[in-house]
Amino acid sequence: MKRSLFEIEKNIPLTKDVFEMVLNGDTSGITNAGQFVNILLDGYYLRRPISVCDYDEGSLTLIYKVVGKGTKAMSEMPVGTNLDLLVGLGNGYDLSRAGDHPLLIGGGVGVPPLYNLAKKLVKEGKKVSVILGFNKKEEVFAEDSFKKLGCDVTVTTVDGSYGTKGFVTSALPSSYSYFYTCGPEPMLKAVYNATTTEGEFSFERRMGCGFGACMGCSCKTITGYKRICKEGPVLRKEEILWEK
Amino acid sequence: MGEIDTKINFLGIEIDNPIIPASGTYGFGYEFAELYDINMLGTFSFKGTTAEPRFGNPTPRIAECPSGMINCIGLQNPGIEKVISEELPKLAKVFHKPVMANISGFSLEEYVSNCEKIDKVDMVGWIELNVSCPNVHGGGLAFGTDPDNVKNVVKAVKKVIHKPLIVKLSPNVTDIVAIAKAAEEGGADGISLINSLMGLRIDLKTGEPILGIKTGGLSGPAVFPVALRCV
Ligand SMILES: Cc1cc2nc3c(=O)[nH]c(=O)nc-3n(C[C@H](O)[C@H](O)[C@H](O)COP(=O)(O)OP(=O)(O)OC[C@H]3O[C@@H](n4cnc5c(N)ncnc54)[C@H](O)[C@@H]3O)c2cc1C
Ligand SMILES: Cc1cc2nc3c(=O)[nH]c(=O)nc-3n(C[C@H](O)[C@H](O)[C@H](O)COP(=O)(O)O)c2cc1C
Ligand code: FES
Repeated sequence: MKRSLFEIEKNIPLTKDVFEMVLNGDTSGITNAGQFVNILLDGYYLRRPISVCDYDEGSLTLIYKVVGKGTKAMSEMPVGTNLDLLVGLGNGYDLSRAGDHPLLIGGGVGVPPLYNLAKKLVKEGKKVSVILGFNKKEEVFAEDSFKKLGCDVTVTTVDGSYGTKGFVTSALPSSYSYFYTCGPEPMLKAVYNATTTEGEFSFERRMGCGFGACMGCSCKTITGYKRICKEGPVLRKEEILWEK
Repeated sequence: MGEIDTKINFLGIEIDNPIIPASGTYGFGYEFAELYDINMLGTFSFKGTTAEPRFGNPTPRIAECPSGMINCIGLQNPGIEKVISEELPKLAKVFHKPVMANISGFSLEEYVSNCEKIDKVDMVGWIELNVSCPNVHGGGLAFGTDPDNVKNVVKAVKKVIHKPLIVKLSPNVTDIVAIAKAAEEGGADGISLINSLMGLRIDLKTGEPILGIKTGGLSGPAVFPVALRCV
């Protein structure tokens, strides 16, 4: 984990309410795909946790949806604005368990953290399949980015206005070695029930600190209590205990 | 400009400065050591510790407010034995000063036995008796709202410890002066002010309380004037 100032290089809408923000700064605190940053916003007491979509030595990309006041404020920030970030938070995905044909399943703004993961898995020579789930055509983003990496991409929409009609689970391929997923909790549950291999899930919780100090984000797992911000946000399928 | 001497004598122990992060906002300290040298602090009070390990309350446990937040953590902690055998050794690697132990309990006996155990730990400089947690039933606040209870528990704890005892009070009472006096009569060496104020936040999208147990404790700049007034 590192704390430093980042400067907004780009902040553009991808859909009506989903934005892509590129930030320049010290990314050396990031060690793994699937980690997140915690962003201090002027006028708000708590930082906002957002997954890292992609990063290199001097910049990182976030994709975020405007859902409340904080993300609305982010969407209105001009290029050149400085933001105070905690970077390199959480565990991230375990790439060593991917096998030769990993499946990546993302729903809505659960898609972004899978991008850097896909990039790394492709680099390792894996055959990467990706399912991206949205409600309708107007919400679709990132399809081309994954295709450019060389992934086999399927898009699903609930209303059938684009790609395969239905939920991500209606597009599961017949064979894959392992899976990685991120998205709204009902989707995660459906993926948990529909998948046939082991895999990893990225969770969201309301957070106080974002680095293990306040116990605000705890959950129970088969292997004990975990803090989503520290021992998560990624949990393995075999350790998950669903709350009612 | 000359250097300002920030040293103070804090109940018999000299500390470098009076900056002391409050219990529960600072974990067991080592989490922050990744960000900066935590030895720049005077000291800090570690997470509220009970006899048994506790998971705490269902999530969400945190809700933002203008100028603060409310929390209902519910005293999640690994229990006093593990705090002594695992958390404090981890802290000792990065913090080389006396630390304040925040002790909770659900009965007079539990407070006494927890304090007796933590009193024996070298790196503990002060014991802070948390009789004011708003987020657990039967313990914490249930003790801190009754002057007789406070006096009795302080008296009983003082008998078994050698370190300075600070009693942390709740602002969620009609007359905080009566409680503070009771702590003093019981033999407290100091009081700490204030624990969080009971509050509630509603999710406008669902019309339901945000927090897992509905209510929580308000902290942050919003409560600072209340704390000052209590002092
Ligand atoms: C590990 C992690 C990774 C995330 N990654 C992304 C991402 O890549 N893209 C994206 O669009 N969103 C992501 N989120 C969700 C994002 O944090 C929330 O949408 C955001 O905090 C909402 O802030 P707000 O001020 O707009 O909403 P408000 O509702 O006004 O926020 C009020 C408070 O609730 C918190 N909050 C509200 N919704 C959530 C939520 N779903 N999860 C956690 N805290 C919440 C806020 O942080 C804030 O403290 C992630 C969440 C977590 C925990
Ligand atoms: C997340 C969180 C957890 C807390 N846990 C404890 C605790 O375990 N024991 C305790 O005595 N006070 C606890 N408190 C209360 C704080 O120590 C402090 O009294 C309160 O936050 C008010 O101070 P502040 O406004 O400066 O934060 C907690 C506060 C927060 C925000
Ligand atoms: S958000 Fe503070 S411990 Fe996870």
